[in-house]
Amino acid sequence: MSQQSITILQLYPKDMNIYGDFGNVLVLQRRLEWYGYGVKLLAYNPGDNFPADVDIIVGGGGQDSGQGVIQTDLLLIGPHLKELANAGVPMLMICGLYQLFGKFFKTASGEVIPGIGLFNIETYGKSERLIGNIVTTSDEFGEIIGYENHSGQTFLAHGVKPLGHVILGAGNNMSDATEGARYRNVIGSYLHGSLLPKNPAIADFLVEKAVTKKYGDFSTDVIDDQFATLARQVATKRPR
Amino acid sequence: MSKPYVTILGKAVRAAARLRGSGSALPGLVVERIDPNFIKDTLASLPHGVVVISGTNGKTTTTKMVVELLESQGLKVFTNRSGSNFTRGVAAALLGEIDMKGNLDADIAVLELDEAHAVHFVRTIPPRYSLILNVMRDQLDRFGEIDATADMLRAITVSTTEAVVLNREDERIASLKNSLIDQKVHYFGLSHDLLATFPSDDNMRGGAKRSNTTPANVILTKFTGDSATFWMNDKEVTTPLKLTGIYNVFNAAAALALVLAIVGDKVNHKALIAALAEVTPAFGRGETLMIDGKPLELVLVKNPSGFRLGLKSFSPAGYATMIAINDNYADGRDMSWLWDVEFDSLRPDGVAKVAGIRAYDMALRLQYDEVPIAHVEKDLVKALRRFIDENKDQPKRIYCTYTAMLALRRELGKMTKVEPIG
Repeated sequence: MSQQSITILQLYPKDMNIYGDFGNVLVLQRRLEWYGYGVKLLAYNPGDNFPADVDIIVGGGGQDSGQGVIQTDLLLIGPHLKELANAGVPMLMICGLYQLFGKFFKTASGEVIPGIGLFNIETYGKSERLIGNIVTTSDEFGEIIGYENHSGQTFLAHGVKPLGHVILGAGNNMSDATEGARYRNVIGSYLHGSLLPKNPAIADFLVEKAVTKKYGDFSTDVIDDQFATLARQVATKRPR
Repeated sequence: MSKPYVTILGKAVRAAARLRGSGSALPGLVVERIDPNFIKDTLASLPHGVVVISGTNGKTTTTKMVVELLESQGLKVFTNRSGSNFTRGVAAALLGEIDMKGNLDADIAVLELDEAHAVHFVRTIPPRYSLILNVMRDQLDRFGEIDATADMLRAITVSTTEAVVLNREDERIASLKNSLIDQKVHYFGLSHDLLATFPSDDNMRGGAKRSNTTPANVILTKFTGDSATFWMNDKEVTTPLKLTGIYNVFNAAAALALVLAIVGDKVNHKALIAALAEVTPAFGRGETLMIDGKPLELVLVKNPSGFRLGLKSFSPAGYATMIAINDNYADGRDMSWLWDVEFDSLRPDGVAKVAGIRAYDMALRLQYDEVPIAHVEKDLVKALRRFIDENKDQPKRIYCTYTAMLALRRELGKMTKVEPIG
C-alpha cells in the first residue's frame, strides 16, 4: 500500500514570511510525518499556477512592501480560496494574510486595500503598534500562547467567531478583547511565535481536518509534547 | 554647568559604576542629563571628524577593525569600544578618554551606533563618514518593521557630510544611494561565488538571489578559513586572518572600504594589511577562551541571519555544543526568530545543553529539526558548570543571546581570564 500523503501549500512564502511563520509549516510537516503520513510541500507565489490538489494552506505576515506585491494576485485567487474553504480545507492565516482574508485593510493614511472577504472582518491601520507576548483562551483549543506585533486593528462583524479571548495582551484591537477569527476550518490570527510549535492543539486540528477530509479517518500516534508544555509555562510568565 | 565640572562628575560616576560592576552606559546617562551638549562639543573639536557605523549585524567587530586599521595609518582614534552603542555609551566612553579640562586627544572618532539611537545622534552631530553594514530582522518587537529600520539607516546616510560606505549585496542598503545627493558613495561586496553562501532575509525562503553589478571599492573574493583575498584598489590582496566566520571576514571588506574612503590615496597598504591580519573578533563574536586546556568559543546570536551564518561558519564536528537563549529586552522578547534558523547541521552530533530563560522554546525548536538534545537546564550557571564538567576532553562552543552571553562571561570569569567588556 502506498503511503498516505498530505500536501501543504504555503501562500506567498517569498513576500509574506516574516517573524518565523515558516515554523508553522515545519510543525505541520513534522507532525504529519510523526503520525506516519507523507508530506508534500508546495509554494504559491504571485503569478504561479494554483496547484490542483491541496490539503492544508498556510499563510504568514509580511512587510507593508510585501503586502503591496501580493495584493492584486490574492484578489485573483480569492474566489478559489473561498471554494476550498467552503469545501472544508483547513487553512491558517497569520497577521498580514489574516487581515487580507478579511474585507479590507484601511491604512492610517486612508488608503483602502481590498481583501478577499473570506472572514467578515475589517482592519484599520493605526499609529500605535500592538507588540508583546499574548495569551488568549478558546473553547476549542484551550490557552493559546504567542507573540503579537501589528499596527492594524481588526474588528469582527456580528456573529463572527474569534479564535480566542484575550487574557494577556491586545489581540484584534484595543477594545473588545477578541483575537483572531474562525470560519469553517480556517483560522486567522495575529499570533507569531511561531503559533503552531507552542500550540500543538491547533496544529493537530489542522492536521486532523486535512487527513479525515482526504482519507476518512485519522490515526494518531502519541507525540511527545513535553517541550511545548514547558515552553508554554515559561511564556505565560514572561513580561509583555 | 561648566565643562570641567561635568567632566569630573561624570568621571566619578564612571569610577563608581566600575566598582559596582554595573553597565557601561550609566555614567554616560548621568552626564547626558546634566549637559546635553557634552558629546557634541567634545567631538566637534576632532580634525578628521566623526565616523558612524551602523546596521543590524557586525557593528562591534567592524568598529574594532576600523579603529585598528585607522591606527595602522597613524591616526589617533576615539571609539565607544565597549559595545554599549547607545548615545550614553558614547558619553560614557568619552569620559574615559578626556582629560580633566574636557579635551579629547584624538584625530577621529569612530562610533558604533544602534539604528534607532543613531537617528537622534546624527541630528545633533552629522558624521563626516558613515558605514552601513546590513539590515536584517533583529528585535522587530522594538523597531516594528525591517523597512522602518532601513529608513533609520537612511537618515544616517543623508546626514553624512563627506562619504557613505554601503553594502552592495544588501538590496535595502545598496538602494540608500538613491537618497544621496552630495555625498560620495563607496561600496563593499562579495564575489559571485561567495554571494551564494550569504543568505539574506529576503532570499531565505525561495526568493531569488540577485547579483549586483555596481562596481565595488572592496570585494571579498576568497575565504578559506584562516586566510582571505580582497580585491581593492584594482589589485588582489591575500592575507592570513585571526578573524573566524565568513561574516566577520565580510565585515573586514566593509572596514577596508571605509578606511580607504577616509585615508584616500595616502594609504599605507602594507601597514593596512598587516593590521588587518592581527585583528581579533570583538567579545562574544567568535571569542575563544581556554577552560581546562580546551578552547571554549562564545558565539553571539541575536537574529536569524546571524545565527544561520554562525552555524554555517563553525563546524560542529568534534565540538560539544550548548545553546543559551534569553528573552530579556536586549535579546528581543519574540521567540519567532528561532523558527527562521535551520539547525539540521547540529543533527549528527546533537546539542549537549540547552539553557536560558527560553531554553524550552529552543528545545522545542530543535525537536522539530530532529536534533538530539542531551539536557535542558534553564539556569545558565548550572548549565554552564555541567556543560564544562561533562565535556572536559572536548573543545566547546556556546551559541548565546546577548544577556545570556553577559551572564556566561561573568561565570567564565571565575574560571579563566576573560577580557573586560569595557
